[in-house]
Amino acid sequence: MSEARLMQGNEACAEGAVAAGVRFFGGYPITPSTEIAEYMAVNLPKVGGNFIQMEDEIAGIGVILGASLAGKKALTATSGPGFSLKQELIGYAAIAEIPAVIVNVQRMGPSTGQPTSPAQADIMQARWGTHGDHPMIALSPWTVRESFDVAVKAVNYSERFRTPVIILLDEVVGHLRERVELPSAHEIEIYPRRMPNTTKAQGYKAYTPMEDLVPNPANFGTGYRIHCTGLVHDETGFPSGSPKVTEQTIHRLHEKIMRVQDEITHYDEFFMDDAEIAVVAFGGTARTAYAAVEAARHAGQKVGMVRMMTIWPFAENVMRNLAKRVKGILVPEMNYGQYVYEVERAAAAQARVVSLPKYDAEVFTPDEIKQAIEKLAAEVAK
Amino acid sequence: MIIKVNARFCKGCNICVAFCPKQVLALDSMGKVCVVDESACIGCGQCELRCPDFAIRINKEEKA
Amino acid sequence: MRDYETFFRTNRLPHIWCPGCGHGIAMKAIAKAIAKLDLDQDKTVIVSGIGCSSRASGYMDFDTLHTAHGRALPFATGIKLANPELNVIVITGDGDCMAIGGNHFIHAARRNIDLTVILFNNNIYGMTGGQASPLTPVEKKATTAPYGTFDRPFNPCEVAKTAGATYIARGTAFHAAPLVDLIAQGIQNKGFSFIETLVQCPTSYGRRNKMGSAAAMLKDMSETVIPLAAYNRLSTEERNEKLPSGVLHTDVFPEYAAEYAKIIKQAGGDKA
Ligand SMILES: Cc1ncc(C[n+]2csc(CCOP(=O)(O)OP(=O)(O)O)c2C)c(N)n1
Ligand code: SF4
Repeated sequence: MSEARLMQGNEACAEGAVAAGVRFFGGYPITPSTEIAEYMAVNLPKVGGNFIQMEDEIAGIGVILGASLAGKKALTATSGPGFSLKQELIGYAAIAEIPAVIVNVQRMGPSTGQPTSPAQADIMQARWGTHGDHPMIALSPWTVRESFDVAVKAVNYSERFRTPVIILLDEVVGHLRERVELPSAHEIEIYPRRMPNTTKAQGYKAYTPMEDLVPNPANFGTGYRIHCTGLVHDETGFPSGSPKVTEQTIHRLHEKIMRVQDEITHYDEFFMDDAEIAVVAFGGTARTAYAAVEAARHAGQKVGMVRMMTIWPFAENVMRNLAKRVKGILVPEMNYGQYVYEVERAAAAQARVVSLPKYDAEVFTPDEIKQAIEKLAAEVAK
Repeated sequence: MIIKVNARFCKGCNICVAFCPKQVLALDSMGKVCVVDESACIGCGQCELRCPDFAIRINKEEKA
Repeated sequence: MRDYETFFRTNRLPHIWCPGCGHGIAMKAIAKAIAKLDLDQDKTVIVSGIGCSSRASGYMDFDTLHTAHGRALPFATGIKLANPELNVIVITGDGDCMAIGGNHFIHAARRNIDLTVILFNNNIYGMTGGQASPLTPVEKKATTAPYGTFDRPFNPCEVAKTAGATYIARGTAFHAAPLVDLIAQGIQNKGFSFIETLVQCPTSYGRRNKMGSAAAMLKDMSETVIPLAAYNRLSTEERNEKLPSGVLHTDVFPEYAAEYAKIIKQAGGDKA
């Protein structure tokens, strides 16, 4: 551990990314994500990396995908409107299997909305924002320290699965200042860039899936002369119109992640041993929810909390089991109700699932959540 | 052979026929380029230069 | 000198382009320029956007990248900065480069990053069946300009110049031999190079505008596009009917990747 420092969530996220090996950042300024770009502008050249301010957010993701193909671990950061602009190329990264991390420090929308106000209303956009069927990994930290850890995980997952990974920060955590102790370099596990394991003479094909269903396309400039496209392609990397190849590709893109879903589902449980009510929360809202749950416990409620770090893929098993353990599940989120519908589906009527939406551009107060807990407890007691 | 035609690549656009100054080339009944008078070829390479299909090559060395 | 054909992925041929399409002529000129300069095949990357023209990347035996519509330049910028030793060549169409990719185009030129951009200008959206592009001349017809377009077109070379490109040239599929040199010089320029290449689209442009066969469209080019020196001798009225070809503009300006290397040095990252 290094010595304790006072830092912001955005800064910790940027620092975690660099610690995990990110050496390329491209982006366009937007509140409340700009501190990440500013951190990268100062610090990447110090480690031999590149920072570039692009002309818009589309260029911001395009430039990092190019850098990633040329062998550099790469990240871009943005907020709401910029996240919307990036969607087409997020899909490109998914089908062309290019490692890249996209940070979205969520702010209130739609459109320009309330630019400096917190929200968690891009949950579904993170999952389904780009067109077509595609896998998605999205992680959401709830503390400054965890913003660092999540960045490391995101970079590692993007490299391991060769897929875009989204970090869903929110204005609360992104701009929060906390005293943190960060791990030193040797304590951080880094997933290295995947490399071809056969030569061209041995019949190397850029998109042949390995045992873990992930291919090893060579970095540009290493003599393999690969072709990379956003069209459906076969193992050679060249376009294929075959229905069979199309079906296999879409299936494999999902399966390479879903086969290890449990391993990449990160969450914490608090006060769950005897809980009859569970609060499911993530990001900045989880901080308030924790205070509310603690207060409700003191007041005698059998309430616990499940805090999700992994937002996508949806923690199907966790929620299905949770519904069997408790009578009621409360889902507070800073939006009109998004994640709650997934929870409700997984709960399959085994527990009563209640939404606690918040869309007034303010954060929850502990009292708002505590009252909702009490109301739900009374309902399920009937 | 100094004119090499790759019939598989030829799409019969007629550009080579149109630009050959010596009427060496024509389209055959299948609509593909064919050499009708190789002896007239002066090796100018106008056909190869503008063939969009990479279907025709002139080997100047052999001519010399 | 290596034969240009050895730079093709022959097993991917014949290509998808229509009979008489000029894209093949322009692509061949690029391969010849690469052969002429004896570029390292393993250190040369071809990047393209989306469109008929952008399919060229798949037929060329290098590391090749077929990106999204309009986005070739941001990807190419990332490749060049991540590994400045690579030669990065961009193939794009008039819609790809000047409409959806227009913003990236002016900014890549502004940065003077060492990319060579070859715009296959067929004055139309070929791939999608003949809609008007920002380079469709006034009064020409397109599926989306059935009465003839009245939108004022760009002169892409002038746009490139204003935006800061340090090498600008114009060639045509008719003038395919000098085109090779224009491209080769662009690759040699350490900065943003732009080569507008006029090509014929007999299917989506020529037919609707009654321009005749592919060969007839090429002959038109031979008349309308003339060397810069000859163009400069024309009166203003005469110039309206013509376009100058050859090297139109060069400039000297620091190159972006090299400048960033200095920043890295200043920050101490060259020792990292
Ligand atoms: C975001 C997006 N918008 C639209 C399209 C549809 N589209 C594909 S190619 C193309 C135009 C291509 O024209 P151009 O760049 O001039 O190239 P050409 O086909 O003429 O060579 C369009 C509009 C697309 N693929 N992606
Ligand atoms: S539509 Fe036009 S540009 Fe596209 S392949 Fe056919 S001739 Fe070429």
